[in-house]
Amino acid sequence: MGSTRLLLYAARRLLFIVPVMLVALFLVFALTRIVPGNPIDRVAGPYISTERRAELKHLAYLDRPFYEQFALYLRDLSHGDMGTSYTTAQDVSKDLRQRFPATFELVTYAMLFAVLAAIPLGIAAAIKKDSWIDSVARAVSVLGVSMPIFWLGLMLLYVFFYYLDWLPGPVGRTGSATVFVKPITGFFTVDSLLTGNFDLFGQVVKALALPCFTLGFVAMAPIARMTRAVMVEVLQSDYIRTARSLGLPFRVVVLRHALKNAMIPILTIIAAVYGYALGGEVLVEIIFSWPGMGQYSYNALLSSDFPAIQGFVLLVTFLYLVIYLCLDIANAALDPRVQY
Amino acid sequence: MAIEEIVAPGSSIAAPPPVVGRFSDFVYQLRGNPATFAGLFIVALIFLSALLGPVLARYDPYGVNLGDAAVPPSFAHPFGTDQYGEDVLTRVVVAARLDLIMVLSAVVLSTVIGVTIGALAGFFGHFFDEGVMRSQDVLQAFPRFVFAMAVAWALGPGVITVIVATAAINIPGYARLMRGLMLSVKESQFALAAVAVGNSRWRLLWRHLLPNCLTPVIVLSTLQCGFTILEAAGLSFIGLGVRVPTAEWGVMISMGLQDFLQGHWWIYTFPGLAIAVAVLGFNCRTSSIPSGGGYRQCPCSRFRISARVSFSAVASCVSWTA
Repeated sequence: MGSTRLLLYAARRLLFIVPVMLVALFLVFALTRIVPGNPIDRVAGPYISTERRAELKHLAYLDRPFYEQFALYLRDLSHGDMGTSYTTAQDVSKDLRQRFPATFELVTYAMLFAVLAAIPLGIAAAIKKDSWIDSVARAVSVLGVSMPIFWLGLMLLYVFFYYLDWLPGPVGRTGSATVFVKPITGFFTVDSLLTGNFDLFGQVVKALALPCFTLGFVAMAPIARMTRAVMVEVLQSDYIRTARSLGLPFRVVVLRHALKNAMIPILTIIAAVYGYALGGEVLVEIIFSWPGMGQYSYNALLSSDFPAIQGFVLLVTFLYLVIYLCLDIANAALDPRVQY
Repeated sequence: MAIEEIVAPGSSIAAPPPVVGRFSDFVYQLRGNPATFAGLFIVALIFLSALLGPVLARYDPYGVNLGDAAVPPSFAHPFGTDQYGEDVLTRVVVAARLDLIMVLSAVVLSTVIGVTIGALAGFFGHFFDEGVMRSQDVLQAFPRFVFAMAVAWALGPGVITVIVATAAINIPGYARLMRGLMLSVKESQFALAAVAVGNSRWRLLWRHLLPNCLTPVIVLSTLQCGFTILEAAGLSFIGLGVRVPTAEWGVMISMGLQDFLQGHWWIYTFPGLAIAVAVLGFNCRTSSIPSGGGYRQCPCSRFRISARVSFSAVASCVSWTA
């Protein structure tokens, strides 16, 4: 496995991203343009002069046929211009840059929690099949798959915010602290520590706790289930028996021999869940008033904000494809048999 | 009893196999599997309340009664009432019908379209296969819920919207599963034999190949029922699906959200529980189908794909779904 070959493979895969994103963008264009009504009419309101209305439509290319709009959007995009949002009156690229860190921070901590809880749980359940810990693992995976995520968020809010009043309510990223955090990394947990503001750090962690747990609990279910299933299978294989009979400690056998071989399907499901969460945890963001991309896309949809919808879809499709690219590279690094 | 008596001359050593119908197979399988039994029980309960809900209900699900608004659970109103004084228990029970109709229609719609696309792609291959599969790749590059939101928004709120939107996001999964199955089944011995005796291509596809691919599809669609309940409720919850004041589980939770700061927990707790129990029922019903020995006795055992193949195929689809 030469590193140049790996690089070439990554480059080839990155090139493949471009046509997929073009088609995805075309789909979004088609979907938004078949809806009757012109968004400018809605944004401009009823009291605007006809000339000004026509001018606004012209500026947004909305007076042109569908294919011309698409071509013009691609032209602007090649200059790095994603258009201006109708609702925030900012560049869409700026909007997304401001909102992406909120989603990224939430999803990253949620996935961290999910992975750190689900993998040990899955391993323990696989080692002690049909014990109480197996039952716990099964209950977690069944519950996580069955509960509506927005309902779980509401119930947690009721208990921990309304009833016990331990954690802040759904008021965004800094909880009850009404300060403006100047973004350095965009992760408020990191930024508040970098600036030495420990009070703010506490608030940020408290504000993160509920949305993270909500998202993390739902993300745990498939990971725990997959870990258990794969580990049960791997632990029955011949080379594990050989390793045990050679006198290796159980711990080493499980962690170094079994887990490493079980890692590929586990990583696959983690990537799937991560991509799903990063792109669309709209419902969690709505429940917790989280100022991230999910809520942005939801508002953009409701107000027919075409450039914002297109920008969001571009970014999310890109992230999705990059996550799968990373997954393939990780698989290649883990499994020497993988050819690319 | 001596052995000679049993193995009488001329009689067969093996006892004749007991006459087993599909139904008794089914009962036999259930006996060894409490999870499936529980799942079946829940699903039956939902179907029952969908059928009889409006008859059993003590109150009118749309009976606005502001004098009794937001009453906590009591003897008269076991699940309390919402902010318009409508009985929550009645609405939860009555909503089963609408939710079940939406979910089943969406699952049937996506199964039929996805299976058709996948079967044609796998059967004809080449250019057609490439085209279909690449377009499915593009659809899968969207996060599922965002895609459903976009479709629902484009169509405008309504029951049909929920059905179409939740069906649309599930089509790629079926197409992928069916294509893979078709690719393996069309190379099998019985397919060759069917061609050799002179079946036409369409007859081969319809009568010989398709039935042999159906078991995994059935497993996936049962699983999809659960996911679809969640997605339909999610769409209605954010106002892109069915709208207030319809008695629908997702809508009822969103009505509860409006009263969140008044602490009226019962308005959203019980519809959410109904969703969770329903999804649990559909998932339990499925989780045991592809596992191990009981599988061959399942009512659809005449379809001859081995349990392993179907399980791994479904698992690959589900891993994407999750």
